[in-house]
Amino acid sequence: MDVMVELRAVTKRFGSFHAVSEVDLQIKAGEFITLLGPSGCGKTTLLRMISGFETPTSGAVLLDGKDVTHEPPYRRDVNQVFQSYALFPHMTVQENISFGLRMKKVPKQELAERVRAAVAMVSLGGMEERKPSQLSGGQRQRVALARAIVCRPKVLLLDEPLSALDAKLRHAMQVELKQLQKKLGITFVFVTHDQEEALTMSDRIAVINKGRIEQLGDASQIYHRPKTTFVASFIGQANILRATVLSRSGERARVRLDGDIELLVNAEHLAGGAESALISIRPEKIALRKERHGDLENCFEAHVEDELFKGATDQLRLRTDSGLALTAVVANESSVQAALHAGDRVFCHLHPDDIVIVHEE
Amino acid sequence: MRLRTMSGIKLSNLLLCGWSGLVLIYLYLPILLLVVYSFNDSRMSVVWEGFTFKWYGQLFDELVAHLGDERRSPLIESLSNSVIIAAITTAFSVVLGTAGAFLLYRYRFPALRSITALIFIPMIIPEIIMGISLLIFFKTVELELGFTTVIISHVTFCFPFVLIAVQARLAGLDPSLEEAALDLGATPLKAFFLIMVPYLLPAIISGALMSFTLSMDELIVTYFTRGPKSETLPIKVFGMAKVGLNPMLNTISTVFIVATAMLVVFAESLKGTARRLPDES
Repeated sequence: MDVMVELRAVTKRFGSFHAVSEVDLQIKAGEFITLLGPSGCGKTTLLRMISGFETPTSGAVLLDGKDVTHEPPYRRDVNQVFQSYALFPHMTVQENISFGLRMKKVPKQELAERVRAAVAMVSLGGMEERKPSQLSGGQRQRVALARAIVCRPKVLLLDEPLSALDAKLRHAMQVELKQLQKKLGITFVFVTHDQEEALTMSDRIAVINKGRIEQLGDASQIYHRPKTTFVASFIGQANILRATVLSRSGERARVRLDGDIELLVNAEHLAGGAESALISIRPEKIALRKERHGDLENCFEAHVEDELFKGATDQLRLRTDSGLALTAVVANESSVQAALHAGDRVFCHLHPDDIVIVHEE
Repeated sequence: MRLRTMSGIKLSNLLLCGWSGLVLIYLYLPILLLVVYSFNDSRMSVVWEGFTFKWYGQLFDELVAHLGDERRSPLIESLSNSVIIAAITTAFSVVLGTAGAFLLYRYRFPALRSITALIFIPMIIPEIIMGISLLIFFKTVELELGFTTVIISHVTFCFPFVLIAVQARLAGLDPSLEEAALDLGATPLKAFFLIMVPYLLPAIISGALMSFTLSMDELIVTYFTRGPKSETLPIKVFGMAKVGLNPMLNTISTVFIVATAMLVVFAESLKGTARRLPDES
């Protein structure tokens, strides 16, 4: 597939602060990519270098093969949906949406046609003559979206566009945005700190921390095969444990935790010759049983310290006899016999592929 | 325990109304007297001798005669001087004040606070000091006293009012607004005129009305910096009052008060819009 946006060793410094350090990233045409990270990690700065509001301290930004590093925003074929929407308060919905086309001097007839299509696409029919102050939050969001897509940009940049909406509307817009992207085939670069949003919508996710990309991959890779402790704990929950490497054979490695618990783990991210490593286990991957079950591989004993009711799931705090603390999440069991309670002894079963070697940040 | 009168209105409310009434009387009674005496049918303006529109008629006649070039009226001439000076002052104040506010908003630098404070000095400095210092300045640079010097003087204390109004509006500005315009293909110049100016307009108009009224009213600074041909209305009125209280004085003052009050009320109502708008975006 063609590369639409390419960042080559892009660095941005504000004074002595490194907002973005040596980032290389290739975004494919028609892709929905999410830049995910905590606030202050550099994801918005990265986006602003693609839109042209920031110039990299070093490195290059390529758009559709052309170097645009030093092009101002108004000469780049990208459009942005701002976090605050930034609708022009003195213009009607119609005037807001047609602004970009008027700047590009699109002929009157074509302009009217395209604005009508954009209004229909975001279901804002009948609102054309309203001012932004007469719209709800969700409607303003749609105007901001229509105002950007009506320009048919090569890349649409979205800076936390859903953060101002309430939870219900946010979920609806997630689905809608994803469908819109598929229909238009435009490359979307989406910035968010919300991991759920990232996992739901993206073709690929770039997890960003301290100005660097920690991991790039699809939602399943990011979730099931985190490379670092940061990725493992920022996306979803994770039990991070220190282990000694005993042996390694191909895809599997044998490690030992404190208290002589030996586990067979996925060795994909294990550096050659490493003697100790960190392992990450997702809480919902720990299968808990009251009796020992099947073979004894990857099974250890623990007791339930306390339980937290979370609606659909129960979150349990486990402690092994050797003192290791683990968090497990199990489906909420309505039958009294099957439910686990504080003080119960349990057997923890794990599949080797659910135990992933991670690197320290 | 709550004290209530017979009609059920709280006593505290009644007291508050009474107090407010006294304050209003204190503020407006002298002005009201001036307006009343402008309808007084007497040459001696402090003795009431009956109601008349005579002085207004005379004022109107003078205006017609002056405009029709029949007879030069010094009073009307000073009024037209005042309007010309106020209009030009306002034009300069709007440009300077808006540009100044925008620059202070856009560029952050170490001396920012001190510079902002310096801008307010012409607003609070005693007018007499302002007048003398300007006079010394104009003499030093050998500028002939006249319209130019009066306008320069008026701009110095008028433009801060525009600047403050625009600055207040800019404080509520979403910085993404300008970026959105650039992002949609507008050059920085277009973004300024298509997005920023309409956004700032209520503040600019309110500042402009303020500076127009201030310039129209100004006496002391003008007294020092005027030339022989740049007599303004307040100066003329002041001169007439020295000779004796003329009913025409009351008449022209009443016209003046009404016009000024209308401008101020309009400016204030715009300020209200200026404050409300940011929440709507």
